[in-house]
Amino acid sequence: MKWVALLLCGIASAQVPFDRIVNAAREPGNWLTYSGNFQGHRFSPLDQLTPANVGSLHVKWAYQMDARAEVSPIVADGVMYVSGPNSAAALDLRTGRELWTWSRPVPKDYQNIGFGRVNRGPAILDGQIFVATLDCYLVALDAKSGHERWSAQVADYKPGYSMTLAPLAIRDKVLVGVSGGETGIRGFVDAYDAKSGKRAWRFYTVPGPGEPGNESWPGDSWKTGGGSTWVTGAYDPETNLVYWGIGNPGPDWNPDSRRGDNLYTCSLVALDGDSGKLKWHFQFTPNDSHDWDSTHVPVLFNATVRGTPRKVVAVANRNAFYYVLDRSTGEFLAGRPYAKQTWAKGLDDKGRPIVLPNTEPSEQGTLVWPNLNGATVWFSPSYSPRHNLFYVAVRERASIYFKRKADYKPGTFFAGGGEADPIDQTFSGAIRALDPATGQQRWEFKMFSAPWAGVLSTAGGLVFSGSDEGNFFALDASSGKPLWDFQTGGPIAANPISFTVDGQQAVAIASGKVLYVFTPTR
Amino acid sequence: MRLLLLTVAIPVLLTAQPDASVGKRIFESQCALCHGQTGGGGRGPSLNRAKLAHAADDDALRTFISQGGGDMPGARQLHPDELAGVAAYVRSLGAMPAETLPGDPVRGAAVFTARGCPACHIAEGRGEGFGPELTAVGARRNSAFLRQTILKPASSLPPDFQYVNAVPATGPAVRGVRVNEDSFTIQLRDPAGRYHSFRKAELKELTVLHGQTPMPSYEGRIPAAELDDLIAYLAALKGKL
Repeated sequence: MKWVALLLCGIASAQVPFDRIVNAAREPGNWLTYSGNFQGHRFSPLDQLTPANVGSLHVKWAYQMDARAEVSPIVADGVMYVSGPNSAAALDLRTGRELWTWSRPVPKDYQNIGFGRVNRGPAILDGQIFVATLDCYLVALDAKSGHERWSAQVADYKPGYSMTLAPLAIRDKVLVGVSGGETGIRGFVDAYDAKSGKRAWRFYTVPGPGEPGNESWPGDSWKTGGGSTWVTGAYDPETNLVYWGIGNPGPDWNPDSRRGDNLYTCSLVALDGDSGKLKWHFQFTPNDSHDWDSTHVPVLFNATVRGTPRKVVAVANRNAFYYVLDRSTGEFLAGRPYAKQTWAKGLDDKGRPIVLPNTEPSEQGTLVWPNLNGATVWFSPSYSPRHNLFYVAVRERASIYFKRKADYKPGTFFAGGGEADPIDQTFSGAIRALDPATGQQRWEFKMFSAPWAGVLSTAGGLVFSGSDEGNFFALDASSGKPLWDFQTGGPIAANPISFTVDGQQAVAIASGKVLYVFTPTR
Repeated sequence: MRLLLLTVAIPVLLTAQPDASVGKRIFESQCALCHGQTGGGGRGPSLNRAKLAHAADDDALRTFISQGGGDMPGARQLHPDELAGVAAYVRSLGAMPAETLPGDPVRGAAVFTARGCPACHIAEGRGEGFGPELTAVGARRNSAFLRQTILKPASSLPPDFQYVNAVPATGPAVRGVRVNEDSFTIQLRDPAGRYHSFRKAELKELTVLHGQTPMPSYEGRIPAAELDDLIAYLAALKGKL
C-alpha cells in the first residue's frame, strides 16, 4: 500500500516553480532542467554510486519510443517526462509505464534539411511541460494529464525553420531556438510567456540594416545569413542573463558572398532574460566556412584564472578550441585547442583565431581537421564542481571541404558545397577531462570511434557517456579509468541524466529507439 | 507571340542541357579511382553497359551519385548542374563496349573448385563463408581487379578489413578477421570459421596485422590459362541465386 500512496502523491504534486529549478542541487533525486541545473553543468550531486559500486548497475526498466531517441528526460516527483519528434510522454519512474502520451502530426510537406527528425527533451515549469516541435510550434502541456494548454507558432517551417531542442524554462518564460542553418534562414532566440504562450521577445542572431553588426554582412547577404540556435542555452539566475550559442553562417561552405565577420554567427551571446536585449557577444569563428556552429551548452562556474577569481562561462567549441570568458562582459580569459585542428595557428590576445592560409573549402577539396561535425557538437559537456574538471566527448575526424556556388531558394539546401571523408586518415574519439580554467588536458579515455553522446558527471566520482557502437559506460571521474560498461544494442546519440528511484541513485540514457534506466538492484 | 515564346524558350533549354565535359572532369578526378578512367570498373562496377543496377532513369542516377549507396560514398558536395553533368557522362560511358574476356567460365567453375576456393568463399550457395561472398562479385569488380586479388590478395583489401592477432591473458592467441569492434570489446572469426569474443581489458596484446590476409597468393601457382578461366567464371557471377 505504501508504494501506491507514494506514486499517487508524486503525480498529484507535479508543481515545479522557478525556485525549485534555481535550487536544483537541493533535490538531486530530481532532474528539473535540460542540463540538470541552469548553469549547464550536467552534474549530479548524488554520491551513492561510486567507483567501488558502479559495477552493480543493472537495467531497471526500458521504454521503447517510436523514433530515434535523443531525449534528455526531465524527472520530477516520481514522474519522468520524455519527448520525441512531435511527441511526449509521462512515465512512472518506478516502472517506465506510461501515465500519458501526447503527439501532434508532422505535416506531410515538412522537410528536415541538414539534420535528423529528433527531439532532445522537454522542459518543466510550474504545472506545465514544454515541447518544441519539428514544424516549429512550442507546445505547453498540462503535466498531470498531457493535455494541451497552449501552442505558439515560433516560425513557418516551409522555408526551412525547425526545432529539435529542449526548451529552457526560466523565471516566467520559456526559451527556444531554431534549426535551419543549411537553408538560409535568419536565426533567432525566442522567449514565450509560460502562462499565456504569448511571445515576450525575439533576438535575431543576424542584425538587420541599421543595427550594430549588420556591417559585417555585405549587401543583402544578412537576409540568408543562417545563425541557427538549435541547442539549449544556460541561465544565470543571479544576473538574469541567458547564454545561447549561435550556429553557422549561410551558405555554409562558400563565404564569397558574405566576406566579413558575419555577426553573430558562430558566437556566444548573453541576453537579458526579461527583454532579450544583447548584453555582450563573443565570436569564436569569424566568417566560418566549415559549418562549425557554436551551438553548445555554455557552462557557467567560478574559477581562478591567472590568479584572479572570476565568474566565467566556458565553451568547448566545435572548432576544436576550448574558451573561458568572463560571463558579465564576454572578455576572453583563456583558450586552447582540446582536439586535433589544422585551421588556426592559435588564438590572439582577444581570443580571435589566427587562421592559417589555404584552409577554406575549395573547388578541388581542402583537407581540414576537425570535420564539419566538429571536435564536439550538440551533445553536452559536463562540469564537476566536486572534481573541478570539465568533461567533453571529443570527435577526432577530418573532412575534405568542397566549395560550390550557392543558389538560394526557400526551403532548399543552401550550403554552397559539401564535404567528404578522406580515406587515408585514421579517426577516433575520446572522453577528455580538462582543467576548467585553462582547457589543459588532465586525462583521456580513448574511444573506438567518434562519439555522438554527451557526458554526465556525479558527486560520487563517476563520468557516464556512450559510444556510437552502443556502449553505455562509467569512468572514474579523477582518472578516466573505465569502471563499467553495458551494450545497449543501438547507437547512442543522447545525454545521460541521474536521479533517484525509491531512494536509489539511477542513471538514464537513450540508445537507438530505447530509453534505459539503470539502478544498482532491480 | 509564338515567336517571342520560342526565343525565350531556346536559351532556357540550352542552359538546362547538362554539360558532359564538366561531368568528365569530375568523373576522372573523383569517380575513376573505383570505376576506372573510362568506366571499365575496378574496385567498383563497370559502367560500360546500357542498364545500371541503381539507376533506372536519369533522376535515379543523379540521386544515386549524390547520396551514394552500397560501398559508394555520396558526392553531396556537387552542385545540381555538376550532378547532371556527371550523370550525362556516366550515360555516355554506357555506350562503350564491355570488355571481352579470354577465358571460359564453365572451365573456370571447375578451376574454382579444384583450387580450393569454396573452402573459404560461398558462391551461388555453395562453399564456406569465411571470406567474402562471391555470387555477385562480377557485378561489383572488373576482371583486372579480380586478377590482382587472386595474385596479390593483400594489395586489394577493403578499407575496413583487419586481420588481427589477439593474445588473451590466459589461453591461446587467436588470429582472425575482425568482424566487429567497440571501445570495450572485439569479435573475431578464425580461419576455421569459429567466432571469438574478447573484452579488450582481458587481452595482453591486440595487434592489427597490416597488409596481411588469410587468403593465399596464387602468383606462380596457377597456369595462365587456368587463371583466365577462373576470372571468366568470377566475372560472370552477376547476381543473386
